[in-house]
Amino acid sequence: MKFVDEFRQRSQTESLARLIAEAATRDYTFMEVCGGHTSAIHRFGIPSLLPDRVRLLSGPGCPVCVTSADYIDRLIALASLRDVTVALFGDLMRVPGTLLSPAAAVAEGADLRVVLSAHEALQMAQSDPQRKIVFSAVGFETTAPGTAVTVMQADSEGRDNFYVLSAHKLMPPAMEAILKDGTRIDGFICPGHVAVITGASAFDFIPERYGLACVVAGFEPADLLMSVLMLIRQVNSSSPSVETEYSRVVSSKGNQRAQAYLAEVFEPCDAQWRGLGHIALSGLRLRDRYRRFDAGTAFRVSLPESTRASACICGEILRGLRSPPECVLYASQCTPEHPEGACMVSEEGACNSWFKYRHDE
Amino acid sequence: MNEKITLGQGSGGRQAQDLIRDHFASRFGMEGPMTDSALLSAGEGMIAFTTDSFVIDPLFFPGGNIGKLAVCGTVNDLAVSGAEPRFLSAAFIIEEGFEVSELDAIVASMAAEADAAGVMIVTGDTKVVEKGQCDRIFINTAGVGLLPREHMHISSGVSVKEGDRLIISGPPGDHAVAILASRRKLSFDQPLISDCASLNRLTGKILEKPAAVHFMRDLTRGGLAAVLNEFATMISCGLTVNEESVPIAEPVRGLCEILGFDPLTLASEGRMVIVAAPEAADRIVEILRSDPLGRESAVIGEITAERRGRVVLNSSTGGRRFLDMPSGLLLPRIC
Repeated sequence: MKFVDEFRQRSQTESLARLIAEAATRDYTFMEVCGGHTSAIHRFGIPSLLPDRVRLLSGPGCPVCVTSADYIDRLIALASLRDVTVALFGDLMRVPGTLLSPAAAVAEGADLRVVLSAHEALQMAQSDPQRKIVFSAVGFETTAPGTAVTVMQADSEGRDNFYVLSAHKLMPPAMEAILKDGTRIDGFICPGHVAVITGASAFDFIPERYGLACVVAGFEPADLLMSVLMLIRQVNSSSPSVETEYSRVVSSKGNQRAQAYLAEVFEPCDAQWRGLGHIALSGLRLRDRYRRFDAGTAFRVSLPESTRASACICGEILRGLRSPPECVLYASQCTPEHPEGACMVSEEGACNSWFKYRHDE
Repeated sequence: MNEKITLGQGSGGRQAQDLIRDHFASRFGMEGPMTDSALLSAGEGMIAFTTDSFVIDPLFFPGGNIGKLAVCGTVNDLAVSGAEPRFLSAAFIIEEGFEVSELDAIVASMAAEADAAGVMIVTGDTKVVEKGQCDRIFINTAGVGLLPREHMHISSGVSVKEGDRLIISGPPGDHAVAILASRRKLSFDQPLISDCASLNRLTGKILEKPAAVHFMRDLTRGGLAAVLNEFATMISCGLTVNEESVPIAEPVRGLCEILGFDPLTLASEGRMVIVAAPEAADRIVEILRSDPLGRESAVIGEITAERRGRVVLNSSTGGRRFLDMPSGLLLPRIC
């Protein structure tokens, strides 16, 4: 398969692994902040190809993992209203809310349906005008433009039964928050798909202000290994900068059309991240002109009181301070079937990836 | 709050296993390994007995329909147990308002598939429920097959040994992707049809030397990953799979890349894994490849004594990782 096979050849990965072993002259810790990277790293067994001196940490880049319990509660409450259907991505179905996950809420009679895109949710609204459709807008700069375009389309159609509950988040503010929180790393494997939209220049502040290495990486094994090698070379030569390994799709300025759609529909707002807490200007909310599509203001729902107290250390895992097996709940009370923390739920979560691919190491 | 059944518990993954173990097997006094068919003494000989229900959506898909699937599914459960499938029952739950022409088309393909597989549909039942009480048509089939005593070791895997080879009869996941594609109206450069097929012709050929065949299981929900994990737990052995050796159809790979599925967790309805003595493995692959249903069969791994109960995947890039039991809802109503 084109654009896949050429990045998975064993001859390539093995020679990259050899170059990494030669270049690694000290201990290195790099953080990947994209859930897609976390999942690919474990799926291809990348840690088994790296020398012990090179450690990879998983940061807060799984949109499902960082979605707050409060948001899940709100989705369930909306889906329990008469005439309301909540359209959401499949990954969210098992994320624990305060009392229930969306999957358990469906069994209780709430109307939540899995979709693959915002546009699919809009189609549901078009085909059933009597029903109010709320799209659960989760994701980073990568998925937010799709929501923006869909809202613009709903607006131009004059649609009055389509809504969005935005939990869209921005990646660079979260990366900065982690650094301010004291995470000690040598560099970032920067999120490739986010960078397709924002451009690689969105990460320039990291080497400039924090002196850390950055490489925007693709998602195939050769991409990941090449990025690790580029990071090691930056560290060795003490010349931190933003380099782009994923140059086949990432430019410096990014997709300006998508950026324009985002700016048209959304504005930055403060946001709550599961595990990381409150981060200033790290979320996206609908601008006034599109506020009528905001499910948060259109519907009044009552939410269960948040009473969850847990030994879950998702927050520290998302900041790269600890790894999944260091959590007392990991693999005992917290498993993919019965997740306690969000990192165990999503395919892209750090705990889920550890459990699936490295469980009894 | 009272516990409620979720769709994930019907998925064939770990949650489905837990449901069966905690709520059915213990109450029905079923002990021992969960095999595809029950093996029962009947006078001098042995019979294998199994049942399966079919609720697939859409009813008609590229490569088959719910009727063909209902015959293949039960024939395959018997065949991989080492039995020679003979007699099937067929029970229908039909929603009021269902088109008779569609019913006729479904029943015609059941008859054709039964004929091709050499089994007879000998008894049945029909219920019609009010509109909205079921989704168009659900079918249950049960089947009985004759089990030669020298095939008794196959469904429980008792004669599996370290060093045995793992063989797959063809690329996994075609069924799940064909269903997904027809549900979502996706099209591919190369047409993709479901692998839905009766496997008893293939199992009959490879069982001409039954002692070399140590285990067989068809791939259904949960795909190769589920079957291998169940097997590793049941036998308490380790398993190593070489990702490069597993044949995967191009459209299946492509769709998995786009949607983030692992092809090794996707369902098939006409593929099986075979565990065989190392010296017999090449010969079995040769026999399989001589049949159109087994043209792409391959040795994909082996039984080890390390990491008992776990499946280790050597990734095609040279890395190593576990191939875990799939969990939760992969795709609902694919069979």
